[in-house]
Amino acid sequence: MTRAYPTGGWVIVVSFLLAFWLSEIPLPGGLDRFRPDWVAMVLIYWGMALPHRIGIGVGWGVGLLLDVGRGGLLGQHALALAVVAYLTAQTYRRIRAVPLWQQTFSVLVLLVIERILIFWISGVIGYPPQDWWYLAPAIGGMVLWPLLFVVLRDVRRYFQVG
Amino acid sequence: MAALKPSRRIRHLFAVNPTAVLQLGLWGALSIAMMTVDHRYHALDGVRDVLATAAYPLRLLMRLPITAENWLTEKWARRSVLLEENAQLREKQIFLNVQLQKLIALEAENRRLRSLLESAVNTPERVLIAELLAVDFDPYRHHILLNRGRQHGLYVGQPVIDQHGVIGQIIRADPLTSTAILITDAKHALPIQINRTGVRTLALGTGKFQELELPHVAHDEDVKVGDVLVTSGMGGRFPRGYPVGTVTAVEFDPGSPFAHIIAKPAAQLERIREVMLLDYEPPIIAPDALDALAIRAP
Repeated sequence: MTRAYPTGGWVIVVSFLLAFWLSEIPLPGGLDRFRPDWVAMVLIYWGMALPHRIGIGVGWGVGLLLDVGRGGLLGQHALALAVVAYLTAQTYRRIRAVPLWQQTFSVLVLLVIERILIFWISGVIGYPPQDWWYLAPAIGGMVLWPLLFVVLRDVRRYFQVG
Repeated sequence: MAALKPSRRIRHLFAVNPTAVLQLGLWGALSIAMMTVDHRYHALDGVRDVLATAAYPLRLLMRLPITAENWLTEKWARRSVLLEENAQLREKQIFLNVQLQKLIALEAENRRLRSLLESAVNTPERVLIAELLAVDFDPYRHHILLNRGRQHGLYVGQPVIDQHGVIGQIIRADPLTSTAILITDAKHALPIQINRTGVRTLALGTGKFQELELPHVAHDEDVKVGDVLVTSGMGGRFPRGYPVGTVTAVEFDPGSPFAHIIAKPAAQLERIREVMLLDYEPPIIAPDALDALAIRAP
């Protein structure tokens, strides 16, 4: 599976762009609260599928782009996504070995850790979360993980990203 | 003994990458350093400028579907719908013109009266329209990103309003984009006045889009549900007299010297699409005016 040279980098870039876009488009009413962190999910997918290419540095860079794009604190999402990429890199062998429905629980744990990190940092700079709703996107992410996994897997196979 | 030893396959599953820890340490330390510098010293504004400018085309690309949708709706709108809308707008314009005439007369009168009282009138000269690019994802931090920046003459502290009332103010102006904080952000406080009685207080953000809190209003002050709040012009950031919201609840807690007052913002903060930026120069207080105050004080 590992090739001598990397191929299909543009597919990865496009998938991240789509994830950025999906996290910005307006959603009707209450669904907004459950909007999953698409960027983190795409990062987890590529971190599992191509651990030799998508690692902690990529996670950090993507997170920094998120920080710039959302006008937040520089480094907040960068740190959170670097941690997610690290955890993915250390556990991808186990996550890959289990059926899809069991994967969703590992993904839930990763997404919850990401949310908690982001809100710890927000709390430090004076915006403590006021209720438990901030964990809702992790649940949305868990529910949509099988869909994202299947789509990205087929895309990866079709374009032979390696 | 051999049976207790994990098989190669199992060991493979639990293999760790020793350099990953090192990488995480490095990137993590870099993030923490960046956040500290950004938050405490605002020293990364140059870096942010560069990154924000680089990200601008990307942002336009991401907005393409929305832009395309707007364009298509306009392009393919039915003639009858357009005509109807046109008629409505014309009617509205006539109505507004009539009101404007009254307003011009009032304004002239107001200016005359004010000149009698020797107080300065500040009417904002220029209004700039900006579009919303993004909303901060942190649900407790009400920041929005606008598609105008320093290049278009925006500056930090500039008041942002919409057709219903005050929205917030600019807190960061990048070259092509800028960030505004909404009045409902938990860290925002806006000097206001109750229009009916002139009672002055602050409107504190609560982190909820529908709620402002008015602290330090004594029990015996005259505040009623439905009172309109306007900017008081104190603090020099906002011009006077722009609508902020209406009082929705007044509760008296016998244990506290102040009433618990909640207001609802006039602007529809959850549905912002376009905003107006006022070019407002705060009144400069002449030193002798301050002296006069000091003399009059007992």
